[in-house]
Amino acid sequence: MKYGVNEQGYYGDFGGAYVPEMLYPNVEELRQRYLTIISDPDFKAEFDQLLKDYVGRPSPLYFAKRYSEKYGANIFLKREDLNHTGSHKINNAIGQILLARRLGKKRIIAETGAGQHGVATATVCALMGIECVVYMGEIDMARQAPNVSRMKMLGAKVVPATSGSKTLKDATNEAMRDWIANPVDTHYIIGSVVGPYPYPDMVARFQSIISFETRKQLLEHTGKELPEYVMACVGGGSNAMGMFYHFLDDESVKLIAVEAAGKGVDSGHSAATTFLGKEGVLHGSRTILMQTDDGQVVEPYSISAGLDYPGIGPQHAHLYKINRAQYASVTDDEALQAGLLCCQLEGIIPAIESAHALAQLDKMKFKKDDNVVVCLSGRGDKDLDTYIKYFNY
Amino acid sequence: MNRLNHLFATRKTNLLSIYYTAGYPEINTTVDIAAALEKAGADFLEIGFPYSDPVADGPTIQHSSQQALDNGMTLNVLFEQLKELRKRVTIPVLLMGYVNPIVQYGVERFCKKAAEAGVDGIIVPDLPMYEYESMYADFFRDNNLSNIFLVTPQTSPERIRKIDELSDSFIYLLSSSSITGGSLNVSDNIAAYYTRVKAMGLKNPTIIGFGISDNATFTKACQYASGAIVGSKFVQLLAEENFMDKIPGFIKSIRG
Ligand SMILES: Cc1ncc(COP(=O)(O)O)c(C=O)c1O
Repeated sequence: MKYGVNEQGYYGDFGGAYVPEMLYPNVEELRQRYLTIISDPDFKAEFDQLLKDYVGRPSPLYFAKRYSEKYGANIFLKREDLNHTGSHKINNAIGQILLARRLGKKRIIAETGAGQHGVATATVCALMGIECVVYMGEIDMARQAPNVSRMKMLGAKVVPATSGSKTLKDATNEAMRDWIANPVDTHYIIGSVVGPYPYPDMVARFQSIISFETRKQLLEHTGKELPEYVMACVGGGSNAMGMFYHFLDDESVKLIAVEAAGKGVDSGHSAATTFLGKEGVLHGSRTILMQTDDGQVVEPYSISAGLDYPGIGPQHAHLYKINRAQYASVTDDEALQAGLLCCQLEGIIPAIESAHALAQLDKMKFKKDDNVVVCLSGRGDKDLDTYIKYFNY
Repeated sequence: MNRLNHLFATRKTNLLSIYYTAGYPEINTTVDIAAALEKAGADFLEIGFPYSDPVADGPTIQHSSQQALDNGMTLNVLFEQLKELRKRVTIPVLLMGYVNPIVQYGVERFCKKAAEAGVDGIIVPDLPMYEYESMYADFFRDNNLSNIFLVTPQTSPERIRKIDELSDSFIYLLSSSSITGGSLNVSDNIAAYYTRVKAMGLKNPTIIGFGISDNATFTKACQYASGAIVGSKFVQLLAEENFMDKIPGFIKSIRG
C-alpha cells in the first residue's frame, strides 16, 4: 500500500514508537505478532463471525434522499451508528479482544472520550469474560454520563482521570501509566489510530471493514465502486481511516476529514489539530499536535468528547502533509445544527462527533452526479442531554 | 570525558543521586537546591525539565511538573539557571525530560545549549533506541553528553547488551516496571533480575531508581548496583516548609 506504514512503523515523517522502556516489551510483542495473528484464518473467521452475528454487519449504506435533494449530489450515509453499542468503535474492540486472547492477556485497559470506545471495550470484555478497566476524563464522565452507567452495567471499572484538561488526552496518559505498571498480564485496547506503532496500523486494519463494505455497497447502488468524495470526522481518526482505507490508492476519490473547531479555530477553545498543531510527539507517535512553542501540549476543546483531543493519528498527519486528504473544521454550533438537520431530514439522531462530518456537507461544492459517502460514525443517544440543552427541547 | 565519566571512573559503590524538578517549588529554587544537595553529599543530580503529559511519572512528579510549568519554567529559563548553577556546583548534572519539548527546541540546539550550560548527560524516557541512534546520537556525542538508557525486569538480555554498547556512563536500572513514586520491589524475582544483570558483566555500571525512598531501600539497591536514585521522596520534601534546612538531614537519612 502506497500510503501504508513502513517496517520501522512510519508513514513518511510520522509514526514510530516513542514509548518508555517499560512499555518496550509489550509494544515489541505486538509488533512482532499482530500481522501473523490477524492474518491467521482462524482469527479472520472468528472476527468476521462476530462482526456479522454480534455487531450486525455489514452496516447499511443508506441513500439519503432528502440530503441529496438539499445538497444537489447523491449523498450516502455509512451507518456505523447501527452497530451494536452504537458506533464504529466496536469493530476495533472486537479485533483487539481476539488478539489479546491470543496473546494470553488476562486483563484489559482502555481510555475513552465520548465513552463509545469504553462501552465497546466493556462489551467485548463481558463477551469474553475478561476483567476491564476504563480510564475516562472527569469532564467527559459528566458530559457522557449515560455511557459511564453503561460501562458499569457491563462490568467494567471506570476510573476518572483528574489531571490536565480531564478529557481524552489525560485518560490516555492514565491508561499508559496503568500499562507500565502491569506489563505482563494486561493488553491496552487503544480506541483510535493513535499511539505507538503498531497501534495506528492495527486499528486502521480493524476499521477498514467500513470502506471494504462501502465499495461493494456503492457498486450495488450506483454501478460504480468509487465515489467522488468520502467524508468523516476526526478525533484520533479511526472512523475516518476506516472510511478512507480502501480508497487511499484510488486517487480520484477525494478524502475529506473534519476536525472539531470548538468555539472557532482562532478562539483559543478548539481541537482543530491540523489548523493549530505542529509536528511533535504525542502518546507514542510522531504526529501533528497542538502545543506551545515550548512543546507543552495545549488543552483542546470541543463540545464533542470524542473529538476533544490535541493530536491526530500519524497516518492522518502524513495524508495531511502530502495532501492526499483534505482537512476541514466545523464549530460546535455548526455541528449541533447539522445534527438537528439530520434528525429532521433523515430521521436519524447522529452522535455529535458524526454531526461534524455532516456539517461539512454544507461547505462543499458538489457537482450534480457526484456520489458522496459520509461516515455516520455513531448514534446520538449519548448526546441527548447536550442537544436538549442547546436547543431547549 | 564529562563529569559523569570521571565520577564513575573513580567511584563504583554507594553513589547517591537525587532527582528534582526544575522550577519547583518556585521558579528560582533550582540552583539553591542543587548547591544544598552537593553540600549535603549527593554524588550527582538529575534535574527534570517539566512536561505537560509525563506518562512515566506518578502523582508526585506530575504535580511538581505542572507547578513548575505554572511557575514559568521553560528550557531557555533552565539553561540560564544552569549557568548560575555551574558557578556553585561541581558534581555531575543530568537533565531528565520527555522528547516533545526537545523536538520543539531542536535536538541539535538542545544538545549544544545543554553542554554550554554544563550538563553531562540526558535521560529521555520516551526516546526509543532506534530513533536515538538514527537521529540523535551524533548530536549527543558531538556535545560530550551521555545518553542514559533505562532497563526494566522485562528488558531482554540481548537488548541490555545493546544498551550497554550505546551507553558510556551508567545504565539506569528500574526496580520494577512502574511509574515513578512506587515502592522498591525486593521480591525474589526482582532480586534475581538484579543478580542476572550484575552477572552479565556489563562495561557500564548500573544505578537503581524508582522506589528508592529511605536508608533500607538505598542500602538494598547498593548491594546490586553502584548506587541509587531518589526522586519522588525528595520532591515530596520540597513541598514542606523550610525545605532548604531539611536537605542535609534528608541526605543523611538516606545514606544512614
Ligand atoms: C461516534 C464517534 N465518532 C467519532 C469518534 C472519534 O474517534 P475517531 O476519530 O477515532 O473515529 C468517536 C470517539 O469517541 C465517536 O464516539
